[in-house]
Amino acid sequence: MNEPALVLVVLVAVLFAAGFDLLMERSLIRVVVGFMLLGHGANLILLLAGGAAGTPPILGEGEGPSADPLPQAMALTAIVITFGVTAFLLALAYRSRLLLGADEVMDDVEDRRICAGKIKDDR
Amino acid sequence: MVTLVLAYAVVAVAVPWALGRHRRVMACAAAVLPAVTAGWALARAGDEVTATVGWAADLGLAVDLRLDALAVVMLVLVGGVGAVVLCYSGWYFERSERLVTGTLVAFAGAMTGLVLADNLLVLYVFWELTTVSSFILIGAPRPDLVESRRAATQALLTTTAFGLVMLVGFVLLGQAGGTYRISALLDDPPGGAVAEAGVVLVLLGAFAKSAQVPLHAWLPAAMVAPTPVSAYLHAAAMVKAGVYLVARLAPAFAETGVWRPMVVVAGLVSLAVGGLVALRQDDLKRLLAYGTVSQLGLLMVLLGHGTPTAALAGIALLLAHGLFKAPLFLAAGALEHQTGTRRAECLSGAGRRLPVLAVAGTAAVASMIGLPPFLGFVAKEAAFEAFAHGGLDAAVLAGVVAGSALTVAYGVRFLHGAFGGTADGTPRGEPWGLVGPVVVLAVAGFALGVRPGPVRSLVEPYAETLGVGEYELALWHGLGLPIGLSVLALAVGAGLYFMFGRSFPARPVRWPVPDAQRAYDVVVEAVYGVAHAVTKRLQIGSLPVYLAVIGVMVLLLPGTALVVGLVGGDGPSRSLGTLRAWDDPVQPVLAAVVGGCAVAALRARRRLSAALLLAGVGYGTGGLFVAHGGPDLALTLLVVETLSLIMLVLVLRRFPDRFPPRRRRAPGRAAAGVISLCLGGFVATFLVAAALSRNTGPVGPRYETPAAEEEANNVVNLILVELRALDTLGEITVLAVVAMGVSGLVLSRPGGWRPVRPPTPGEEAAREPRKRWLATPGRPPLGGSSVVLEAAARLLGPTILVFSLYLLVAGHGRPGGGFVGGLVAGMAYVLRYLPGGRRELATAVPVRPSVLLGGGLGLAVATGAAGWTSGGQFLQGDVLHATAPVLGEVKVPTSLFFDAGVYLLVLGLVLTILATLGASLENDEGSRS
Repeated sequence: MNEPALVLVVLVAVLFAAGFDLLMERSLIRVVVGFMLLGHGANLILLLAGGAAGTPPILGEGEGPSADPLPQAMALTAIVITFGVTAFLLALAYRSRLLLGADEVMDDVEDRRICAGKIKDDR
Repeated sequence: MVTLVLAYAVVAVAVPWALGRHRRVMACAAAVLPAVTAGWALARAGDEVTATVGWAADLGLAVDLRLDALAVVMLVLVGGVGAVVLCYSGWYFERSERLVTGTLVAFAGAMTGLVLADNLLVLYVFWELTTVSSFILIGAPRPDLVESRRAATQALLTTTAFGLVMLVGFVLLGQAGGTYRISALLDDPPGGAVAEAGVVLVLLGAFAKSAQVPLHAWLPAAMVAPTPVSAYLHAAAMVKAGVYLVARLAPAFAETGVWRPMVVVAGLVSLAVGGLVALRQDDLKRLLAYGTVSQLGLLMVLLGHGTPTAALAGIALLLAHGLFKAPLFLAAGALEHQTGTRRAECLSGAGRRLPVLAVAGTAAVASMIGLPPFLGFVAKEAAFEAFAHGGLDAAVLAGVVAGSALTVAYGVRFLHGAFGGTADGTPRGEPWGLVGPVVVLAVAGFALGVRPGPVRSLVEPYAETLGVGEYELALWHGLGLPIGLSVLALAVGAGLYFMFGRSFPARPVRWPVPDAQRAYDVVVEAVYGVAHAVTKRLQIGSLPVYLAVIGVMVLLLPGTALVVGLVGGDGPSRSLGTLRAWDDPVQPVLAAVVGGCAVAALRARRRLSAALLLAGVGYGTGGLFVAHGGPDLALTLLVVETLSLIMLVLVLRRFPDRFPPRRRRAPGRAAAGVISLCLGGFVATFLVAAALSRNTGPVGPRYETPAAEEEANNVVNLILVELRALDTLGEITVLAVVAMGVSGLVLSRPGGWRPVRPPTPGEEAAREPRKRWLATPGRPPLGGSSVVLEAAARLLGPTILVFSLYLLVAGHGRPGGGFVGGLVAGMAYVLRYLPGGRRELATAVPVRPSVLLGGGLGLAVATGAAGWTSGGQFLQGDVLHATAPVLGEVKVPTSLFFDAGVYLLVLGLVLTILATLGASLENDEGSRS
């Protein structure tokens, strides 16, 4: 009754795997791309969790069972939020480029110094 | 009582704020409330007053307050000494110390609450409030001094660390006894191992607070605080909290387990060690601080012993200690104020210059060393009597006598150091504001010694809770063992003073002595070392590694649980066979496109290719949404994808063409790939397992009935703006915050941001007129100028705006709504911006984006609030009816206004992005070229 289509499940797996792999990159633009792929994957999950495909949930239109409107409402706001957060991430990447001259996430200098034993304590 | 405690909070803020300019008036005004507290406590002595404020009744939490005999004694001490010390502080400080005065009042309030608390947890809260006040009062007056900061931290760490230990003890006691009400616990004390462990932990907390050896190092260190603080917190009030707690619990627990051995041993050791170390101090305040450690040890023995006579002596000594130690501190402060030093070897002849101070100080010392007829003598006689019955008590008695002898020795050393010497001994005017408080407290100690009646009436009710005692506090009991021991202590003390205590500075110690300060330092160093080692291993500073760890944890914990559940037969109720390959033949095609684009984006070397492939993923997903039956979703996603692509391209102008080369080596890449693949697999498996396990129908169709009632055919939109509007309100708030964040990140930079203003009509007229499509065409942000694009922008722009309004209104019944409407409206401005550049955008946008953002959010909230005015709940919808001339009857659901707010806000977000990531970056480019 509510099982998702297998092909979409596989697609979710692909989107998540590709998204997480990009997220672990150092280039911030790649991270943004990975984030958006994860966003698409998550939206698909929301939709699939609501059950199988159906007619649009608009009353008085279409024959047969309609799709569940609740996950659609959730996914709709999720899409817009992802858009906003993407804009924010892009601004971050731009700022990183402006201040550091590169859009790559470097290792935290302070942490590396602690690892190297350069900082004994912070008092 | 609740009002009293709350009044402290008000006064602590209001008095320094209102009277901060007049330091003496401020100090005296602040002293009123503590004085009132003491007076109130005296007036209600003998009654038992209780108050309860319900808080979280379901959890059994309530603020219980109770005034009984012990609380009255403590309140008299805390309030009385507090009032005197606050007055003194007005003359002690050279400047108006608002923070110190306010915190002193707050501390007095916390102490009042602590004493009145009849609930272990409430007591703990006030207990920690006094600790925090102490931290502020030690550290805040001179935050620039390392010593001051260290002392404040040390006091905070020691007392809160053991405060937490005490909290565990409280919880154990409360659970064992089934209640956290102190009075109920005392009436019916819990037994058993749990309660005994709890008692031990509580005692540890009390020891740290009352600076018992070896947890005392923070108290001498805290002497860097201003003298009023030392006199009040670290002599009269706060350090008494531990002793008070012991006295509070002694009636119920003194006979159980290790209570008596622990209390007596800790007290006697503190009594002896504190006295010995005090004998070697040159700094007058440190000498007094070690003296306080010693006296607190004696109090601990007396109040923890749990016999009526010991309790009588303990409470009397508690009062006496407040009345002699506080004036001694104040005297040391007055000396420092007048002479600039409090080191004994630098002071000479102060006694002759400040005769009144010297006499008052001598009276206080006389009370401390137990000379008749002072209150200290009365208390000490009772203490000797309490242990004068042989057996094991004889050992305690010997310890108490030895401690008293040490007290005599360091008391005389203090007098000698502070007021001795002859150089430059002409009397001068004494500041009565500094000397007066010392005199008041010293005279009180004398008067109560001569006539101990009032003390007796305060002290006896508590002692009676421990049983009937035959001893009565009095100045003279006739010749007996106690008076003999007093004389012995005085004689031995005088001898000790002449042998060890006369030289300033003190002679160095010849043998190694364990130092509590060093022990504290070692512990702190060790904690830092552990923290360092842990940080070194866990926080290596690499973001990819952190993400990989998070991914691995997801796989290890929920992933393993999922696999174990599936393999162990605990799987979903339906079999995999019910799964279909696809619902619609178009799905596999689109899925292949989306998946292909995603994998290609993974491997892309150019930034632009990645952006375009991402758009492919987005449009493909939009197609999948259509196939799934979500036209609203698809519409929104298509617009969002277009905007995202434009946004990416606009930002990518500022980046190099190609991604930097990957520097990760093969094993690292392989590991990342494996983790990602496993995560993808985990998510998919989870999705299938969850779907197959589902045994309830979807909730969505239930929304169709209210939708039909409201005549809102688009159920998705109805959910967004009406049924779950609060969620949407939260989401658009996030969008507003995002817009602010983007503006902040892009616009705040060296040199600032110059807003682009549209050209004025005059400038416009001065320009050479030419035929053009756009209003004020400038340099396009991307590529060269294109007449086709300009024409399209000119012709389509208004049409798109009208269409966006249609989408907004149509959302009630057909695909559309505020989100997609706002995005489409934003597209109209994107279309103007792309061929015309930032000048064109500035001309086209009627208001600033921030106005749209704020206005949209405001409209949405106002619509929600309108639900209240019509007697409903926040965001409750309604339908407005109106009759328009041409249209006839018009029905407008209030949710339309909410949706309009969403529309404005989303438009504001798009315009913010255009102005920042678009126009502002262009600005940057222009200034460089």
